[in-house]
Amino acid sequence: MRIFGYRISVGALAGFAIVFANLFAAIFAPVIAPYGQADLVGDVWAAPSAQHWLGLDSLGRDMLSRLLFGARTTISIALLITICSFVIGIVTGFAAAIVGSWIDMVLSRFVDALMAIPTLISALVILSVMGTSVPVLICTIAALDSTRVFRLCRAVGLNIAVMDYVEVARLRGETLWWIMRREVLPNALPPLITEFGLRFCFAFLFIASLSFLGLGIQPPLADWGGMVRDNAQAINFGGMAPLIPAAAIAQLTIGVNLVVDWFLSIHSRTHGEGA
Amino acid sequence: MAKLILQRLALGVLTLWVVSILIFAGTEILPGDVATAILGQSRTPEAVAAIRASLGLNRPAYIRYASWLGQFVEGDIGKSLANDRDIAPEIRERLGNTLFLAGVAAAVAVPLSIFLGLVAAIRPNSIFDRLINALTLTTISVPEFFIGYVLIIVFAVKLDWFPSLAMISADMSFWERLNAVVLPALTLVLVVLAHMMRQTRAAVLSVLSSPFIEMAFLKGIPKWRIVLQHAVPNALAPIINVVAINLAYLIVGVVVVEVVFVYPGMGQLMVDSVSKRDVPVVQTCGLVFALAYVGLNMIADLLGILSNPRLKHPR
Repeated sequence: MRIFGYRISVGALAGFAIVFANLFAAIFAPVIAPYGQADLVGDVWAAPSAQHWLGLDSLGRDMLSRLLFGARTTISIALLITICSFVIGIVTGFAAAIVGSWIDMVLSRFVDALMAIPTLISALVILSVMGTSVPVLICTIAALDSTRVFRLCRAVGLNIAVMDYVEVARLRGETLWWIMRREVLPNALPPLITEFGLRFCFAFLFIASLSFLGLGIQPPLADWGGMVRDNAQAINFGGMAPLIPAAAIAQLTIGVNLVVDWFLSIHSRTHGEGA
Repeated sequence: MAKLILQRLALGVLTLWVVSILIFAGTEILPGDVATAILGQSRTPEAVAAIRASLGLNRPAYIRYASWLGQFVEGDIGKSLANDRDIAPEIRERLGNTLFLAGVAAAVAVPLSIFLGLVAAIRPNSIFDRLINALTLTTISVPEFFIGYVLIIVFAVKLDWFPSLAMISADMSFWERLNAVVLPALTLVLVVLAHMMRQTRAAVLSVLSSPFIEMAFLKGIPKWRIVLQHAVPNALAPIINVVAINLAYLIVGVVVVEVVFVYPGMGQLMVDSVSKRDVPVVQTCGLVFALAYVGLNMIADLLGILSNPRLKHPR
């Protein structure tokens, strides 16, 4: 079997299947979910049954429905974070690479300093002042995560910025924005696409961890990290309730990683030897 | 070499200083400050001004930064907003607990992962090697709390070997403490093990492909001796680096794991303080975590320099 003209491995196929299934669940959650995300439909931590395939949660809400709605919340927020961090990282990273001089100097040192603090710690400090609302979460994590994108874009951009065609564009008097968009970006796409997958995983795990700590997405919105937190008590009675959303988190990250691995392998095969 | 080490030390101190500014400024330039955080939604301009005055927030930022840092260095880290108590004794106790947990995890994870990494490097592409590969993908994909809860279900609920909550107190003996932290420490070990193992393997494998190793092979030296005597000394710098990065990662992983096991450490304290919006405690915890993180990275760099024989003799 082939995708985009490349042979696809079993692992990659599984990865694509997982990613598409999750996207499907996220997009059509209101249609396919049997119950609402906040509806109380039965006993607390009822065992799985014909009506409730995955049982009920700590308040008696349908686990499967909350899982589907949770996919919607968690995935869309993680995607937004990744897109924001890429926009910030690509613009600043390429600008640093193309312009160089003091802009590069200032941006690079600033990013070095930011990266000297673990992301989770910086995030906690910021959230303690700003509170935890969804826009704050998105901005905070995107800004912190864009430092990694900046590093990559600067490194890739430096290699491209010395090419003749960039020099020609400069001599032609093109603006920085034009060079960034038309000369550098298209040539930097493959590593950026891979990085997008990895950064998405990071943002997704990060928001799940924050929600698990009670500092991320707030109830009544269903999200996977928060669902683990809500149901954590069940563990003392041998209940599996917290493991279901935790496993949901794991399967999506594994799926994205499999796709990224496949993309890396085809990319290194086609471009690896010559360049 | 002494010059290089001094440069590194100076850079480390500089980084620490910049980090302290960032943590201070992070709570400073963002909209909303401690006063608004205390009062919440029901604030009036007069009340905010009164609280700002009583906390000394109306002084210029650089003066407050200087006094904050000065007090931190002296060990007087101010008062909690939530209960107006000195935070120093509590932080000291919790820091001890966290270091104990991270220390136990590191004492198991570091030797184990280096050993397994070497075994994988000796037999690349074997079943064992592939197993490690799959394990790495799993552990980087699975959140820490998933591993933690699986361990609780298996070892605390089903088998009943260890306590599910890592309660710890000052009057417990060393062995009782050790028993209490088995599961959280095991979680941390699993989180960092695969990554350290893979990096060790990669470092040794890359040395194994160099010409002097081929020479050793041609001389007929047994493979384990080549790995231990020829490859490992040359791969030491990257291995030390990986160990330090993962120990630094442990410091962050500890936050989530402490919450899972309700362990009274720094991470738990920091998370609680964030939800109470107790900014001074969060700042202090953040600074302590950042200090440990930067410090470990600096130590890694120094050990890397020391372990490189080429740097011992100036050109």
